[in-house]
Amino acid sequence: MSAISSHPNLTALLTITRREMTRILRIWAQTLVPPAITMTLYFLIFGSLIGRRIGDMGGYDYMDFIVPGLVMMAIIQNSYGNISSSFFGAKFGRHIEEMLVSPMPNWVILGGYVAGAVLRGLLVGVIVLCIAMLFTHVRIPHPLITITTVLLGATIFSLAGFINAVYAKKFDDVAIVPTFILTPLTYLGGVFYSVKLLPDWAQVMTHANPIFYMVNAFRYGLLDSSDVPIGVAYALMIGFVLVLGALGLWLLKRGIGLRS
Amino acid sequence: MSSIPALEIHELRKVYATGVEALKGVSLIVQPGDFFALLGPNGAGKSTLIGIVSSLVNSSSGSVKVFGVDIEQDREAAMRLLGLVPQEVNFNFFEKPFDILCNYAGFYGIARAEARLRAEQELRRAQLWDKAHTMARTLSGGMKRRLMIARAMMTRPRLLILDEPTAGVDIEIRRGMWRILKEVNAAGTTVILTTHYLEEAESLCRNLAIINGGQIIENGPMKTLLAKLDVEGFLLDIDGELPATLPQINGVQVRAEDSHTLDLEMPRAMDLNSVFASLDAAGIRVRSMRTKTNRLEELFMRLTGGKEAAA
Repeated sequence: MSAISSHPNLTALLTITRREMTRILRIWAQTLVPPAITMTLYFLIFGSLIGRRIGDMGGYDYMDFIVPGLVMMAIIQNSYGNISSSFFGAKFGRHIEEMLVSPMPNWVILGGYVAGAVLRGLLVGVIVLCIAMLFTHVRIPHPLITITTVLLGATIFSLAGFINAVYAKKFDDVAIVPTFILTPLTYLGGVFYSVKLLPDWAQVMTHANPIFYMVNAFRYGLLDSSDVPIGVAYALMIGFVLVLGALGLWLLKRGIGLRS
Repeated sequence: MSSIPALEIHELRKVYATGVEALKGVSLIVQPGDFFALLGPNGAGKSTLIGIVSSLVNSSSGSVKVFGVDIEQDREAAMRLLGLVPQEVNFNFFEKPFDILCNYAGFYGIARAEARLRAEQELRRAQLWDKAHTMARTLSGGMKRRLMIARAMMTRPRLLILDEPTAGVDIEIRRGMWRILKEVNAAGTTVILTTHYLEEAESLCRNLAIINGGQIIENGPMKTLLAKLDVEGFLLDIDGELPATLPQINGVQVRAEDSHTLDLEMPRAMDLNSVFASLDAAGIRVRSMRTKTNRLEELFMRLTGGKEAAA
């Protein structure tokens, strides 16, 4: 009797995903609690305290307006952070070699890590959404758009985190991109304000920010309101997934940062 | 037994980005079922060679086949036949041995239920079952090395490569690991071993290759290679103190190691009785005798130009 399952690649993919989930739950104090605390403070300070003085934003109560952006921000940051730290940790600890010497195709390695990162993003997203419900009434008029936006956004930033980890040579390299690129793009991506409040030149620049499209697509799913056409947002998100996915596979094939 | 070599390396070259040429056209054949030693001084190219075979290092040119499967043309099939125990510990210290083994099997597409059964078997064989559910970082050095052998055996490889598996472990644990490796080999798995302990290679392996400066400088059966040694060395412990003038024995180099020990180097074919008779005539009574060096070590030192660090 052959010990190999009838779908060995699926078994391998589920193994990596399971391992990632085990890691996320084992270190829950680092992976799940911090975004819950941070987002609670955001809701409390920006939504409840300052938000009352701001009034409406884009036709919605300010608290309602920032919920989609903050949930998306948490998903993006955690998907990115999960894969960049886990994959770089595997490189640093050399247990990435367990996978590199195995018969797994590259797409399984990439897919397994991305699935783990997306699951953490989803888990954190649900936690943050539950916290938001303590402050406002959350309704989901477009559930399909909401869930697909979350999946696409989490996948894009998982792939970006993976590429970061492949090139990283030390832990500082994993922190540089979130600090100098991801955080500014997130804050300037329309999480806290409508792009219509900005001067024309700033509106044009905002349209070059991929996070802006994700936040607005997600806001459309929750509030039925968006600063950009939803079709454009989807086209860009799918395009990013394809380009970053292809880049990730190419890096694995060439063994850049992994094989000497 | 299959006539396809377990490992067939042809004209393998590796030039690193730094310009260092680690392998200069290595060709090597290891037959199925063999227990093979790959020896060489530090920096000789052993780890590069193992890295290429296990697909951790990209070759510059040449070919590698595992049981006839080219690692470039069908990497997945080739890797399915191969098990690797690397020189450095490379499992996640924050996982438990049982999970490390089950996950490793999962990477090879082995179903979880089967992986759990095998994990228990392998951990028991490695005498680690009582540590199955403790964090791997708490294991001792010897346990970590045994865990890596257990992990490699999870996939029942037909070719097992071990890169200095017993480095830094005490003799009792080392002998326990030898027992496991002998069992694995007796069950039909081809084993390739690099080691710093040349006595280990001499007692375990049937064939060997010596690599130096990125080239194979000797390759063949252990017995044939050892037979090439025409000189043997002995240390003799004597009763009392050595005389001020040592006896001259034809064909034998005689040297005082200290005031109570004689160091002899003599042709292998020479009759020991005549040597003892000459010593007796000089008033030197031998209390005990031991071989001066490990035979393989002697061969190794000669072939590699006396570089100190072996393997």
